[in-house]
Amino acid sequence: MEKLYTFLKYTFITLWTVFIVAPFLWAVSTSFKDFQSVNSKVTYIPWLDFEPTLEGWRVLVKSPARGGVDIVEPYFNSIFVTCTASLVSIVLGTLAAYALSRFTFKAGFIRNNDITFFFISQRIMPPIVLSIPFFIFLSTIGLLDSLLGLVVVYIVLLMPIAVWIMVDFFNRVPKELDETALIDGCNPYQAFYKVVLPNSIPGLIVAGMFCIIFGWIDFFFAFILTFTEVQLLPVKVVALNSSITPWWSLSASALISVAPLIIVAFVVERYLSKGNLSGALK
Amino acid sequence: MNFKHKFVFLFPGLFVLIGILIFPIIFTIRLSLSGWNSYTPEMNFIGITNYIRLFTDDPRFWESFFRLSFLSVSTVILQYIIGFALALMVWKEIKFKRFFRVIFLIPMMTTPVIMTVIWRTFFHESLGPVNDLLGHIGIGPILWLSDPVIAKFTVIIVEVWQWTPFMFLLLLAGLLSLPKEPFLAAAIDGASPFRKFVYVTFPLMAPISIGAIIIRLIEASKIMDTVFVLTSGGPGTATETSSFYIYIKGLREFQMGYAATLSFTYLVIMIISLTIIAKVLTKLMIKE
Repeated sequence: MEKLYTFLKYTFITLWTVFIVAPFLWAVSTSFKDFQSVNSKVTYIPWLDFEPTLEGWRVLVKSPARGGVDIVEPYFNSIFVTCTASLVSIVLGTLAAYALSRFTFKAGFIRNNDITFFFISQRIMPPIVLSIPFFIFLSTIGLLDSLLGLVVVYIVLLMPIAVWIMVDFFNRVPKELDETALIDGCNPYQAFYKVVLPNSIPGLIVAGMFCIIFGWIDFFFAFILTFTEVQLLPVKVVALNSSITPWWSLSASALISVAPLIIVAFVVERYLSKGNLSGALK
Repeated sequence: MNFKHKFVFLFPGLFVLIGILIFPIIFTIRLSLSGWNSYTPEMNFIGITNYIRLFTDDPRFWESFFRLSFLSVSTVILQYIIGFALALMVWKEIKFKRFFRVIFLIPMMTTPVIMTVIWRTFFHESLGPVNDLLGHIGIGPILWLSDPVIAKFTVIIVEVWQWTPFMFLLLLAGLLSLPKEPFLAAAIDGASPFRKFVYVTFPLMAPISIGAIIIRLIEASKIMDTVFVLTSGGPGTATETSSFYIYIKGLREFQMGYAATLSFTYLVIMIISLTIIAKVLTKLMIKE
């Protein structure tokens, strides 16, 4: 019985691992192919099945004028928009979460939980519902097709995540901590800044990582709200997909686009194993 | 504590969010009462004509809505079962625990549209590896993207790949935060692993499970990126979800007014149904 269970467990884990890794292996292999090895028959292993070339990777840094793709600029745009929006969301979201966790709000029938729900409920809205009015809103204030406009929109996407994680986290930080600080003569801002915040670093890191993930992977807003001036990475890669597709440069650009966040998986795992995450994510 | 300070903490975030959102929401409601389209691009007032059209003369929207319900509910159920199984398996000591945990997390860190671009080559019906490998063991070419029924399952496969890690993460974080005492008591009673799961682990995990399922349902209901790249709603309308239909009406056919009607109706339905689902799940999973 015990043996059978162990056997089934490892079989399942192995199969799932293969399923997760398969598209990546396929993409890595494809990125070194040329026209012949993509279109004649399905090939898998370099040198054995086909002669690898670096063409797919070289195209990425060439300028479009010389037949390249140039994903360098979209790359930096994506980094800038994601980081700025995450930072603003974390700062504002953490402050709001602290207020919602420590103080009581009452206005008519509205209580703390309703305000928290208001923040989190913004995630329910499908991007398409917001994208049309945002399009008109941003063109009215002249921020259509600009990095700043995207940052504004991404704050709406990311602040709910920051509030969601930080409210839960602050609820777990003992109240005595701030009370002691207040008795010791801090004002509420000092108590927050000097005592509560340093004790909330795991929560902040988790919230930050989630903001970065959900900012980095967004496609639809970037797709609707930018055209030529500003391009983000996902839009650029998908645009490649719709032209006559050389699979090798497509695969190379896809791999290089998803690579940076894979580091985040290691960070998340580290916090998970140290037990810090279980408090922050519940 | 002093009364005013709490507002200093809350208001910046709250007002930034409201400030960004208030215009889009009011605008959508107003737009839904207008006949704004490519012939008359203006904010006229046509009352509830659009709503009448939606409720009496637009089966395509309701079909897309049921398709969305099917896709999101079935993917979330699969994600919950697989995610829970995986989380249980790497919860206690096993070989290469940390390695597997990282592997299981990776898909959610990757951009859905970009991975879907890869999946499209992966499931390519003549040049992709799946049909090639299946061909070697004698299974004829499967029309992953051009058969109306199979295309739905292809979307489900990609969604399960992409988002099971999120479920896994929430459930594993939950498992790791469980108190130790109930498990000790069960061990002293000599409970079998199966009984331990049914009577201890699962009930303790119920609130966390509900949270995770609701979060995933919310995110799954927005399914759009995958469909957009993988099938563009096709073949025909076989994988067209509500979001995609609204996108076609609004930004391809420029029936802005009608698209706003669809958006607003869709939003109301989503909020109501998610609230009901949350209530029902709470009743089902937490038995006193």
